[in-house]
Amino acid sequence: MPSEKQQEHKDNLTQDAEEIQPDPEVTEQGEEIKEDLDQLLDEIDEILEEDSEEFVENYIQRGGQ
Amino acid sequence: MIMGTETEYGISVKNARDQDPVAASTLIVNIYKDRGPKGITWDYEQENPLVDARGFISEGESNPPDQENNSLINDILINGGRYYIDHAHPEYCTPECTNARDLVKYEKAGELILDLSRMAAEELLPANQDIIIYKNNSDYKGHSYGSHENYLMNRSIPFQDIVAGLTPFLVTRQIITGSGKVGAENGAEETDYQISQRADFFETEVGLSTMVARPIINTRDEPHADEKLYRRLHVIVGDSNMSEFTIYLKVGITSIVLKLIEMGVVGDAFKLSDPVAAIKTVSRDLSCKNPLDLDDGRRWTPIEVQRAYLELAHKHLPKADFTPVMQDVMDKWEFVLSQLEVNPMLLERHLDWVIKKNLITAYIERRGVSWSHPRVRMMDLQYHDIRPNKGLYVRLLKNGHVERILDQEEIVYAVTHPPVDTRAYFRGVCLQKYPHEIHSASWNSMIFSLDGSSLDKILMDRPHFGTQEIVGNLLRTCTASELVHAIHGSNNNF
Repeated sequence: MPSEKQQEHKDNLTQDAEEIQPDPEVTEQGEEIKEDLDQLLDEIDEILEEDSEEFVENYIQRGGQ
Repeated sequence: MIMGTETEYGISVKNARDQDPVAASTLIVNIYKDRGPKGITWDYEQENPLVDARGFISEGESNPPDQENNSLINDILINGGRYYIDHAHPEYCTPECTNARDLVKYEKAGELILDLSRMAAEELLPANQDIIIYKNNSDYKGHSYGSHENYLMNRSIPFQDIVAGLTPFLVTRQIITGSGKVGAENGAEETDYQISQRADFFETEVGLSTMVARPIINTRDEPHADEKLYRRLHVIVGDSNMSEFTIYLKVGITSIVLKLIEMGVVGDAFKLSDPVAAIKTVSRDLSCKNPLDLDDGRRWTPIEVQRAYLELAHKHLPKADFTPVMQDVMDKWEFVLSQLEVNPMLLERHLDWVIKKNLITAYIERRGVSWSHPRVRMMDLQYHDIRPNKGLYVRLLKNGHVERILDQEEIVYAVTHPPVDTRAYFRGVCLQKYPHEIHSASWNSMIFSLDGSSLDKILMDRPHFGTQEIVGNLLRTCTASELVHAIHGSNNNF
């Protein structure tokens, strides 16, 4: 959620990018994600379709809307 | 604002000798059984996709299917949605919803419906054949399939105002709504990774087509409602999204901007000098900070254009009219723009294009491979796989690593229950309660066959009617025949 500071600046179109700080909660979550990504990446070769090159090559659709 | 989405899915059968997407689509759509009746047809009489919002009827043919094919390619769902075969893709349309939160719920219920169908269909196939369904927009060989949004607007708004007010918004909202794509297509400039799945396929500013030379603003004028009161704006420029947060913001902020256009406060204040070029430039600008040329000589970044729309919303929308969902959408819009300004990668739990980029970048760093490596392309595709064990997005979701808007139970409930506050309620409940008396239906019609010899059509030309509040009692107490007579007798224009 936006901090109070950001709320105050909501109406200011010419807001300086420097004034905005990363949301600390988001940064913390980011660190957790790194670990979780590692976990998924450890398993990724079992999850991905086996012969990726051939698979991607053969995935052909007819155009839709 | 009443709105809905349509999703065309990519489909493929692994280890099948011949790939026949029409057969595969037909198999999965027909095998799906909710508690609604089978064999009900779609009422094509209510449709004319060739009417152009600019005030003419385009030449061309739009032939409805014959009776047998009609029933084969259409399923009308008890949640009020439609499940059918469009060209060579299975397509799911949500029921009409009144707010962004409900719309996320019904779009996500569609993914469950596709996955239930997939599992049932695989029972009929040889053991080594798997059906693979992608909720994405491209096969990476120049064939795109769509994700469309529909917004019910006031007919009195000149179409030109919509074109002028909406184009800069649609071109720049990708920085929030993109699903991410490895590489380029359709002759567009090469790149390792871009924000949007669809941007490369847009070649004109305004037009009727949805399949070739796609326009940023689509002019199809098929309101599926009283044409004197309403238009249905058909937005074809968006990506199919996996992230609940992304879908929520996409439809939430777009409906807010359309309200601003209805209020006449946008005008052509943010007119871009070349929207068709800009849509591809924005898609390739992973910083979201490269300035775009405005028609009047100003140069604004995509974030600045988005922020300008947000400021207009703060300034002009009366606070008293804010629903909790609208307020939440505004807060999240502000939050996302402020984070994008600092570093887009901070949104690695929120936005599809960032979630995907983060995952692929980590893989590339770990393995020391390039963006064009087949495993990387496979990851891009498989991010959109709807299977719980195979889909990369679904795996991240299951591990609690992406933001949610909803509880899973709400999504499951939405598979078999219509929204209560639009005409989808009437449609969904009728299908459940009177399966033997309904002959056909469409977005704005329900046709009953009471005695087997004649048909009674109830027109539902007002999407705000047919709600639980208005017809709940009738539907609870009436037989089909009583219902038809009560509605015809009341002069109640649905």
